Amino acid sequence: MFSNLRSLWIVFLHLFRKRETVEYPEEKTELPARWRGRIVLTRDPDYEERCVGCYLCAAACPVDCISLQATEDENGRRYPEFFRINFSRCIFCGYCEEACPTYAIQLIPDFEMAEYDRQNLVYEKEDLLIEGQGKYHGYNFYKEAGVDFGVKKKGEGENENKPVDVRKLMP
Amino acid sequence: MAKIIIDNKEYESDESKNLLEACLSLGLDLPYFCWHPELDSIGACRQCAVIKYKDEDDTKGKLVMACLEPVTDKVRISLEVDEAKQFRADNIEALMINHPHDCPVCDEGGECHLQDMTVMSGHNYRRYRFKKRTHTNQYLGPFINHEMNRCIQCYRCVRFYKDYAGGKDLDVFGAHDDIYFGRHEPGTLENEFSGNLVEICPTGVFTDKTLKKHYTRKWDLTNAPSVCHNCGLGCNIIASERYGGIRRILSRYNGDVNGYFLCDRGRFGYEYVNSKKRIQFPFKKQNNSLVQIEKKQAIQEIRKVAEGKKLIGIGSPKASLESNFLLRQWVGAKNFYAGIPETEGKLIQKVIEIVKSGKVNVPSLNEVKSYDAVFILGEDVTNTAPMLALNLRQAVRNTPKEQAAGLNIPVWNDAAVREVVQGNTGPFYIAAAQATKLDEVATQTYRAHPDDVARLGQAVAHAINPELPETDCSKEAGKLAESIAGALLDAKKPLIVAGTSLYSRAIIEAAANIAFALKEKEKDAGLFYVAPEVNSVGLFLISDKFLDQAFENVNQNDDAVLIVLENDLYRRTDKNSVDNFLQDYNDIIVLAYLENATTQHATYVLPAGTFAEADGTVINNEGRAQRFYQVHVPENDVESSWKWLQEIMPVGTAESTIHFENIVYNLVKTFPDLEGIQSVAPPADYRKGTQKIPREPHRYTGRTAMHTNINVSEPKPPEDTDSALSFTMEGYSGIPTAAITPFYWSPGWNSAQAINKYQIEVGGELHGGNSGVRLFDKKNSNIGYFKNITKTFSPQKGEWYALPLYHIFGSDELSAQSPAVNERLPKPYIALNNSDAWEAGVKEGDLLGIVLQGETLKLPVKLNTGLTKGTIGLPKGLKETVGTRFPFWITFKKIKDE
Repeated sequence: MFSNLRSLWIVFLHLFRKRETVEYPEEKTELPARWRGRIVLTRDPDYEERCVGCYLCAAACPVDCISLQATEDENGRRYPEFFRINFSRCIFCGYCEEACPTYAIQLIPDFEMAEYDRQNLVYEKEDLLIEGQGKYHGYNFYKEAGVDFGVKKKGEGENENKPVDVRKLMP
Repeated sequence: MAKIIIDNKEYESDESKNLLEACLSLGLDLPYFCWHPELDSIGACRQCAVIKYKDEDDTKGKLVMACLEPVTDKVRISLEVDEAKQFRADNIEALMINHPHDCPVCDEGGECHLQDMTVMSGHNYRRYRFKKRTHTNQYLGPFINHEMNRCIQCYRCVRFYKDYAGGKDLDVFGAHDDIYFGRHEPGTLENEFSGNLVEICPTGVFTDKTLKKHYTRKWDLTNAPSVCHNCGLGCNIIASERYGGIRRILSRYNGDVNGYFLCDRGRFGYEYVNSKKRIQFPFKKQNNSLVQIEKKQAIQEIRKVAEGKKLIGIGSPKASLESNFLLRQWVGAKNFYAGIPETEGKLIQKVIEIVKSGKVNVPSLNEVKSYDAVFILGEDVTNTAPMLALNLRQAVRNTPKEQAAGLNIPVWNDAAVREVVQGNTGPFYIAAAQATKLDEVATQTYRAHPDDVARLGQAVAHAINPELPETDCSKEAGKLAESIAGALLDAKKPLIVAGTSLYSRAIIEAAANIAFALKEKEKDAGLFYVAPEVNSVGLFLISDKFLDQAFENVNQNDDAVLIVLENDLYRRTDKNSVDNFLQDYNDIIVLAYLENATTQHATYVLPAGTFAEADGTVINNEGRAQRFYQVHVPENDVESSWKWLQEIMPVGTAESTIHFENIVYNLVKTFPDLEGIQSVAPPADYRKGTQKIPREPHRYTGRTAMHTNINVSEPKPPEDTDSALSFTMEGYSGIPTAAITPFYWSPGWNSAQAINKYQIEVGGELHGGNSGVRLFDKKNSNIGYFKNITKTFSPQKGEWYALPLYHIFGSDELSAQSPAVNERLPKPYIALNNSDAWEAGVKEGDLLGIVLQGETLKLPVKLNTGLTKGTIGLPKGLKETVGTRFPFWITFKKIKDE
């Protein structure tokens, strides 16, 4: 009997507490930065596309909802010719972000993607590519990759020696 | 067989092998880099370290390289002991010190032997804090991309390119940790087998440039076991597709045909499949131009056109047996023509007659490597059958290699064997119309007109068997014939190589005579004929009429419909005859891959499937039937020709609805000789357990996104009712039987080296037997010697005998239309004998005017081609010389430079 009354009392007190429920959509809640929502493609500090078309996100995707085709620009810099995510299949697991070696693909705290037509949930590169670097700043894969893909010359990257002169005679 | 103990477990192994081969054959995972079953051991990478114990009581053992230790009875080794594992992990850590961290943009990624071995050895974190070494790259031509930073100095590339393939322009430079593999200066890699570097290189130093343009990871490719259609050898390939385009060709191991390798024409000559000139939909001629029409409309109209009419069918050596046969059934045997002129057709028939007789052994392409004396008659094999040239280069080393065996050096110890062999070669004779690339390894060469090449052959046959008619030849030739005969008789396994390329029946007969004579002397002689196209032999097994006969039977009453199957007649014979022939017909139905001169004259053009979109069987030069499978179902109307034929046949015809296998069944019923083709591949209802064999690896990606730009609802994947393969990633995930193995993958082995797991013994036969069935292994007729000896060639004043000169890149119709191969086409030229040129007062590069098919051509002179006096050479199959019927007499005029 006492415990019943106590429960009633506690519930009654809750009337005077701060409300956890927010009046969505009029009121928005704050999501943590690493919340796994809409997927974006980011750019590197030089405003170039970060995605190098390595296909690792597609390989990591458990529902196979990422499809892309790599191509190269006139300097040999590799980028995706198209990049498509079928959000009607996406389960927002974030494996693509984990797999991405260039910080290109990132999940952001935005989930408001509902559509009346499923077809509109197919996002192409134009829909995915954002103007900034997203969560991870300052990284440019091509400057660290150790090969020449038209972004920097051999030996000009991070942690690289000048190219070897094969014809030199010194030991 | 020796007993070996590996990690306290007993195994059996062959004593002629080394420990690495033994371990891999037993299915154990031992990392390695520099060893390759074809290149043998050299011990350069130090990766395959194991601990070898002295005896049973030895607990410490010593560290050895498994690839350099022979298998001996009761040898005890350990792969798993800590010291061995640690050494391998440390070694790979050292190899990785300078390896760039660029796997995401490396084309080798996902099928990289270095990645696999790194994971296998357990190295996963780079401790080395200092800077990485870099190298500049070189331009290596349209086929190969170079990225030297990735190199781990295993030496496989130069060992293949220089030692194995005889290349001259790839080498190793520099010293210590600055070693550089490349050319002396940037430029196109000249060797015909450079493409194999892509598979030979354990990492991404040499990658496929054609793949780079439309890069796709290995796991995303839809693959099919296929057969190369670019020459008559029928090398096995893996053809791969993504997003509706063929992305690359890899070698498919077949221990009876091409082994591990492919030539560059085979590897890079696939791009015509993706060409803009591809016919993708049915077309109809309206107002003198071709207009695209609906498939349904095309079928209805063609049925109406053909109804009740006489049908004339022209087959093709590029089309499968099934397509040719179905056309033959439809038009009737007497109206079916092989689509090859008589000059060439008769030769192929002759070859078939000799091969079929079973009188001498006709070796498989890979078996060629085991012969120890070779005599080539007339054929420029590097250009007409490139892979044969590669294998002959290995055969040349057999005799000197015996010396190594005498010194107790195991055959797999490559460095030591090469030290013994040096540049020595075994008996290798070439008689040809011009200089060939293999001349550099020849004991002696003989350059003469094809008739005289044949006469030399007959002289050799006479020297072996004096009962054969004598040839009166020059003293020099007589002496050469004697020494060739002597060398062939001294050898254990002499091989005679000839072919159809010079259009000389006498050469084919002379080659057979030599082989027959050797056989009579109880030699294990081999006779290898080169056939011109992928299904030349198959075509003449089901037809005996030539194109010329089709031309003669004029369509008088204008009541016939002409059906041309996958054949550009303008490449077969001269323009005038084809023009006249085609004019006779009001209704011409052409099944074609690409727009060509013949399709311009068609009333209906139907899009025929190439090897990429069609199923079928082809028969190669040795009489081996092989099945090739459709890679993907295209989104256009392209399909197998036999399917098109079924669709345009009158409704109710028995053949119009039958299954692929029933076509094969009917074919065998009509031609009992071809019975073997029924067992070429597992039947369509073959299942592994209950499952089909998937064309896609289990990691295939993007299924739920790749079509969604068109419609978010995913289409049902296409079904393959014609074979045991499926077009999806679902199905049996183990190792299927060889004939239907679409790709190589094994847990931990993502690279092409996974092939080790598909072989019963490394470098040996595949599980389920190498694919393909030899049709002529039964001895079925007694063929006698050919006793006709041709007259010797005598040069004419003011007239020259024009011979075809072949080019690996250019002479083949389809591969030449691939952009990468197109970059390598030779410029048209006219090749002249040096003294003829001197007499005529022309120099290298001077323009000469010749009249070919009524058109005057100005061609620059090429000298030093080794042509004999009185002959000229013209490149075969180039745009300028296409349709020319070799050989013929011609005159030329010197053109003054303006």
